[in-house]
Amino acid sequence: MSGHAFELVVNGERRVVPGDALPTESLLYVLRERLGLPGSKNACEQGECGSCSVLVDGVLVCSCLELAAATQGRDIVTVEASQRFADVQAAMVEAGGVQCGFCTPGFVVAIQSLLDRDPAPTPLAVREALAGNLCRCTGYGRIVAAIEAVVGRSPRSEEAMS
Amino acid sequence: MTFLADRQAAGVAPVEGGVGDSPNRPDGPAKTQGRFAFASDLNIEGMLWGTTLRSPHPHARITGVDVGPALAIDGVACAVTGAELAARPTYGLISADQPVLAVDVVRYVGEPVVLVAADHPDTARRAAEAILVEYELLALLVDPADARDPTTPAIHPDGNVVRRIEILHGDPDATGDVVVEGTYEVGTQDQAFLGPEAGLAIPDGEGGVDLWVATQWLHSDRDQVAECLGLPPQAVRLHLGGVGGAFGAREDLSLHVHACLLALRTGRPVKMSYPRDESFVGHVHRHPARMRYRHHATAEGDLVKVEADILLDGGAYASSSAAVVSNAARFAAGPYRVPHAVIEAVVVRTNNPPCGAMRGFGAVQVCFAHEAQMDRLAARLGLDPVELRLRNALTSGDVLPTGQRISGTAPVRECIEAAIAHPLPALPPPESRMPPGEADWLEWPGGVGRTADPADVRRGVGLAVGYKNLLFSEGFEESSEATVLLADGVATVTCAAAEVGQGFVTLVGQIARTVLGCEQTVLLPADTTAGSAGSTSASRQTWMSGGAVLEACHEIADQVRKGWAGAGEVGVDVSVAVAAGSSAFEATAVYRPPAATRRLDAKGQGDADVSFVFAAHRAVVDVDVELGLVRVVQVTTGQDVGRVLHPTQVLGQIEGGIAQGVGLAVMEELVVQDGVIRNPSFTDYLIPTVADSPDVLATCIEQPEPGAPLGAKGVGEPPTISSTAAVAAAIRNATGVEVTRVPVRPWDLV
Repeated sequence: MSGHAFELVVNGERRVVPGDALPTESLLYVLRERLGLPGSKNACEQGECGSCSVLVDGVLVCSCLELAAATQGRDIVTVEASQRFADVQAAMVEAGGVQCGFCTPGFVVAIQSLLDRDPAPTPLAVREALAGNLCRCTGYGRIVAAIEAVVGRSPRSEEAMS
Repeated sequence: MTFLADRQAAGVAPVEGGVGDSPNRPDGPAKTQGRFAFASDLNIEGMLWGTTLRSPHPHARITGVDVGPALAIDGVACAVTGAELAARPTYGLISADQPVLAVDVVRYVGEPVVLVAADHPDTARRAAEAILVEYELLALLVDPADARDPTTPAIHPDGNVVRRIEILHGDPDATGDVVVEGTYEVGTQDQAFLGPEAGLAIPDGEGGVDLWVATQWLHSDRDQVAECLGLPPQAVRLHLGGVGGAFGAREDLSLHVHACLLALRTGRPVKMSYPRDESFVGHVHRHPARMRYRHHATAEGDLVKVEADILLDGGAYASSSAAVVSNAARFAAGPYRVPHAVIEAVVVRTNNPPCGAMRGFGAVQVCFAHEAQMDRLAARLGLDPVELRLRNALTSGDVLPTGQRISGTAPVRECIEAAIAHPLPALPPPESRMPPGEADWLEWPGGVGRTADPADVRRGVGLAVGYKNLLFSEGFEESSEATVLLADGVATVTCAAAEVGQGFVTLVGQIARTVLGCEQTVLLPADTTAGSAGSTSASRQTWMSGGAVLEACHEIADQVRKGWAGAGEVGVDVSVAVAAGSSAFEATAVYRPPAATRRLDAKGQGDADVSFVFAAHRAVVDVDVELGLVRVVQVTTGQDVGRVLHPTQVLGQIEGGIAQGVGLAVMEELVVQDGVIRNPSFTDYLIPTVADSPDVLATCIEQPEPGAPLGAKGVGEPPTISSTAAVAAAIRNATGVEVTRVPVRPWDLV
């Protein structure tokens, strides 16, 4: 079943995936188990939860649904990319958008992808854009507050709790 | 001598990052950057992957197992069957009734039968599929009403009834001027945490094992694992792997013993991590419930008597069912003065998936029923539902159906008034109820489906109130241990409390900063080398482990104070950390609850609880009455918190808990047919997305709880208790449909 070694470009670095990798391995599995990048999470592994979100050639994808070998030669950006997501990451911590944190890396990547496309999304646009990322802890209130902080609107936290 | 910290602890001088402030989570940066090690991220050179072959049948006799085909696959290290385990180990939170591996009989779909370890997770899975197990099907017991019938053959040596509780309070023959009756049903909810069950077991080469695992209670796990492995407790060391949410589902063992068995058998590290479909059968769920109620009241609206018959389906094994059913019984009448009560609550064993702990723990199911009854009673009496609740609201000093008098705070009235004081969302004006514009579709029931006809959309508003206990109940022993070391201005805290996302990790630093005045605080990784902190459940860790950390910090403050007194210094206005100078101080505290509790007697009477917590929720919904689609627009709440220790984290618990309550109200149900879960995936088991989640407005009622460290009550569970019932009430209000079952399905409304 084993195939040949191949190369992926992850966070700007060339990384070799060894030849004992099965050809059926997803990009998520290869990132986590072969390249030492466990930041992308394995919550459902069927493209429903968004925890494994990465950017491939700038497009937001679920890495669990991509075959690793099929992403050769493409620009893969994960949550571990230094600085790429710094503002969103800081806002998520400050606003209380992180609880257990399992969905957080996926949210960070998905939020950055939204802001890349639309730097000032309306609240409805935020809801629609992030509806592919599940969070079970926060009820999303503080995550939305983090986004509003990044785009410069006042966070809702003051009005949410009196 | 005046210690700055004394004033700080008394709230006179707030500390930056201390109690009452909202410092950032210390694990926040690592979690946002993907550097936080969850249990499923653990990795070690040379490790194997373990997997579990599970029963496809809800009830069957195992007549043969052949692991030969699995062992023939390249890369497979071993396969372990139950028959090889001479001791036939069993485990369980309250009674050890669940086999580690099924041997003779399987009792639910998903029961573990064989374990496999291999060098790749796919190889392990293929190997498990290659194993041949022969089953002889047995008669199914899937209706809990049948299980309650004493003539039904038992599916387990311990019998079908796990526990029956009767509460007889006051005069059982009392009657009211007005009587309303109802029958209610709650479907099976799943905790659906995002981080799958995962662990890494590493053999120590001397017959013992270390297990890193995502759990809620390391020490209970350690004791059960050691017992199942036939090892002394010190040979089994548990370490907290990063926990991706819990909500009750990690109180029971899942893969713990399995990973250790495989590691000890192979002499190699073994990792296990459940895929989502396995997670759905690999942990317990919230009990589905059937409830019959009869409320008696005076013509003026004073409750006279509540009669309730509550039947919980516990599934195949006992888990924490005996405690869940007790909660359902104790809180069956709701947060109201009820002079007379006749309550029977039964939890039974069936061939359905096992049920156990989930946020709210038995109080959620009965809240849906008692609040539906209150709405029904209000309608019968011609009273406003809010007025009826205010009129009967419990307050401090009142006596509960168990005979227990509430000695602590009980701000039920304040919770209700706060919930309804928030502004209602504006109703879109008639012209905007015309076919919406492009973006506005997202605000209508059905969302991007664009199915709603605005002319068919009705708005409804509903209120519900609920309560439950804080800390363990009925004499269940509990304590928490914490050690604090103050050295070089840094407080280093050791405590085995499981951080599951709730923010205990933040609170520890706040307490240490407040009492010791040190800027830097460190919480060491949790493991079983420290004493037990008890479970991260029952909204208890802020109180119990927060209490232990607080006591240890005060002990250090006392030590430092004595040192200063000995040196003859007085009137020093410095923090403990500064006063400590270059000396190191260490203290260990074991915190125990301020009051003992006891098991309910034969009539369901007794002081079973330490403390109670209350919340009210008002929900606003839009319902498309033609399609039966519901959009929850807003949920407001007044919540009894004792004292807010971290405003942002409290709000996070409130918003997150409400989302789970909304989920149970309108979308979340494990569909179980003949013992088989039909929707074990996030494709088919829907939890609220950001598009489904309502706006939340919260008011915290701060009445410090006597006896509680810092006056704080746990805040995790109340948001889930009455939010479901409030949404149901709002749907009732919008549609005129009775809504006797949650989750509400479209076909229930049209």
